[in-house]
Amino acid sequence: MDKLVNNLKEALKAAGIKDGATLSFHHHMRNGDYVLNMTLAAAAELGVKDLTVNASAIFPVHAPLIDLIKQGVVTSLECNYMSGPVGEAISQGILDKPVIFRTHGGRPADIASGQFPIDIAVIAAPAADKMGNISGKFGPSQCGSLGYAFADAEFADQVIAVTDHLMPYPLVEYSIPETQVNYVVQVDKIGDPKGIVSGTTKITRDPIGLLMAQYATQVIEASPYYQDGMSFQTGAGGASLATAAFLKDRMLERGIKGSYGMGGITSYLVDMLEAGCFESLVDVQCFDLGAVESIRTNPKHREVSALHYAAPRPAVASSLVDNLDFVILGATEMDKNFNVNVHTNSQGVIMGGSGGHSDTAAGAKLAMIIAPLTRARMPLILDQVTCLSTPGETIDILVTQYGIAVNPRREDLIQALSASKLPLRSIEDLQKTAEDLVGKPKPLPHGDKVVGQVRYRTGEIISEIYQLN
Amino acid sequence: MRRSMMFLPGNSPRMLMNGPVLPADSLIFDLEDAVAPDQKDAARVMLAHALTSLDFGQREIVVRINDLESAFWQADLDEVLPAKPDLVMPPKVARAQDIEKLAAYLDKKEAELGIEVGKTGILPLLELALGVENAFEIAQASPRVVALFLGGEDLSANLRSPRTKEGWELFYARTRLVNAARACEIDVIDTPFTDTDDLEGLRQDAEFAKSLGFSGKSVISPRHLDIINEVFSPTQAEIIWAQEVMAVIEEGKRLGKGAVSLHGKMVDKPIVMRAEQILENAKAMGYPL
Amino acid sequence: MQIIRQAMAGTLESSDVLVEISPADRICIELESPVKAQFGDSILATAKEVLEAQGVQGAQVRLQDQGALDCTLRARLETCIARASQEEDHA
Repeated sequence: MDKLVNNLKEALKAAGIKDGATLSFHHHMRNGDYVLNMTLAAAAELGVKDLTVNASAIFPVHAPLIDLIKQGVVTSLECNYMSGPVGEAISQGILDKPVIFRTHGGRPADIASGQFPIDIAVIAAPAADKMGNISGKFGPSQCGSLGYAFADAEFADQVIAVTDHLMPYPLVEYSIPETQVNYVVQVDKIGDPKGIVSGTTKITRDPIGLLMAQYATQVIEASPYYQDGMSFQTGAGGASLATAAFLKDRMLERGIKGSYGMGGITSYLVDMLEAGCFESLVDVQCFDLGAVESIRTNPKHREVSALHYAAPRPAVASSLVDNLDFVILGATEMDKNFNVNVHTNSQGVIMGGSGGHSDTAAGAKLAMIIAPLTRARMPLILDQVTCLSTPGETIDILVTQYGIAVNPRREDLIQALSASKLPLRSIEDLQKTAEDLVGKPKPLPHGDKVVGQVRYRTGEIISEIYQLN
Repeated sequence: MRRSMMFLPGNSPRMLMNGPVLPADSLIFDLEDAVAPDQKDAARVMLAHALTSLDFGQREIVVRINDLESAFWQADLDEVLPAKPDLVMPPKVARAQDIEKLAAYLDKKEAELGIEVGKTGILPLLELALGVENAFEIAQASPRVVALFLGGEDLSANLRSPRTKEGWELFYARTRLVNAARACEIDVIDTPFTDTDDLEGLRQDAEFAKSLGFSGKSVISPRHLDIINEVFSPTQAEIIWAQEVMAVIEEGKRLGKGAVSLHGKMVDKPIVMRAEQILENAKAMGYPL
Repeated sequence: MQIIRQAMAGTLESSDVLVEISPADRICIELESPVKAQFGDSILATAKEVLEAQGVQGAQVRLQDQGALDCTLRARLETCIARASQEEDHA
């Protein structure tokens, strides 16, 4: 017996696709993904309308979605992150229904709860066998962890695996088991390796990024959580990677042995694991080839589901973010209450999303934003953020090149950092410095139509994104 | 205090904006090599505006003008002097007369602009074999000269010696400049280390320069600033020693003793001067004393 | 100053502004900027102020802003006006 089906159209038909169905996709193929586009093209050929697309993230490569929206094939969109032409088109108002923006922890929680059921999960599978045991660790389109696909596979009504690398049965090193998969489709290519993972991720050479990374490292060292057993997460941005590189040296010098590094994993965290800075890495997504190699070969580098990574209670009994000590995050805008926008840019265009931002900020004992105080002429700190992505009460520290602001709520951290030589300033003071430099920006005007809703990890809608003016 | 003197291109708004936050003791805004000949007019106007608008805090402001044989240097000064830079750096200085020519022009411009005459210092860039030979006369040419500055890249070309990481081709020039500058009791700044990624090599090069007597080192990569600052800062041991020296001197005064000693060694005038210098630097760096 | 020829100053690098000036009967300013909504009025006011201070009566001005600070905008405008009012390039 096998579950092989000739092509996607047949698989979709067999899975019972119909008007108004909800299809889900993971984003481990990132900007190299072919599967979302080929699936929706097949659906369009079948003449299906009114689909809901629930993708963990939308990238520039998904631009064909725009036409499918215009044709009425797709009439509803849900994701955790959105960049490129689709974000621009959504901001212009091409979709009648607001896009639902979730968090990486909120999405699997919503799927698991049954409140947002998925009819068909289409899973890009870098490796699969004929019965649908799936792994991300092998094949030409390998991506390492498949953390964001677990909930889709487990809770969707029907599951289709799409692979370009069929392996002999049983693929024992599976991440997703055949018990959850109904159909397997073999295609030429599920993605462009160049867009899936970068060959190498390099730390920034920008002097401002390096300066901020040094401050961030010193903040960590001066905090009460810098001790054996500490856990740490950082993203793949330039200054964040530089912080990981600096922190590694400092931890080795001081002989500090952490418990786990987490998140989207880069070679820098792999280096920290191999150098003995951590006991383990828990990995919901690999960002580069070094991370993919490590998760395949190093038993201390463990794949985890998005639920385990970041889901809120009571959807899960607990998740890894609950025990996180440090997280380093970015921001496009902030306000004096430490509220953060990572959804829209200075022109109000959708170009990002929460991802794990608000999940980790909520869980971590020290949630730190690293961001330059000005980007060209735009100041970071506004009177009010254009979109609320992560509530300020979950953000503890802002690191800029002009100084460091601690959330006044964290008197303990203010006290701990006052003993250091770090340039501590109030966030109001930093805002003034920026405005002295660039001037005070006028508030960005916007249209009336709501094009996006920011659904916090708890399910509460905390912000709305408006159509461009 | 001139531990680190960082070069920034004078015509790049993005890089100029970094100036207010870079941990350099001095910023050298370059109108010479970093600016193409057809952009000299734009660069000097850009720099003048940046110097008056941006707040560089305590950092010393230096402007590298175009060389004194060029058609640009007077226009450079005309444009930037109203912004009152601390120092002007003339490149390719060969003899004392070069400094005299520049100082005379500064005298005139300062008077015109209502700036105290003599306020703008001169930091001669010695990057020609002739300039190195004339280092002492150049240092003495004007009271405006606050330091000598070694330019190793042009010099090695002039010497027809390949520029190496070890830098033995510059050994004579380095010691010659240190001697000339110290004879005139002014600072002396070493040539930059040009491999931005070799931080270990940078540290060795800086430590060697410090051991020869240099006050500091110029920097072309912001990544080098921390190491340079660290190398040219007094160490904790030096600060403790200096404090001990000052303590025994005070004690000697109180007891009316003519000669005092520390750890069995006579504390004489050069030792006191050295201790004072260390404490002065340490204070300038914000060490709690 | 009299604008007698077409000239440019500045670049399209981040934090800079590319200014183009050409002769015209009256002042006309065209602005492209990623921060037009937030700073467009301020940019235009500065441009007018600099043109006036330099005694420019007529000019077609195009500003391709890349998020330049006010001081950068002033510098590039002044350079461009100087270039556009001279017969030949004077670097």
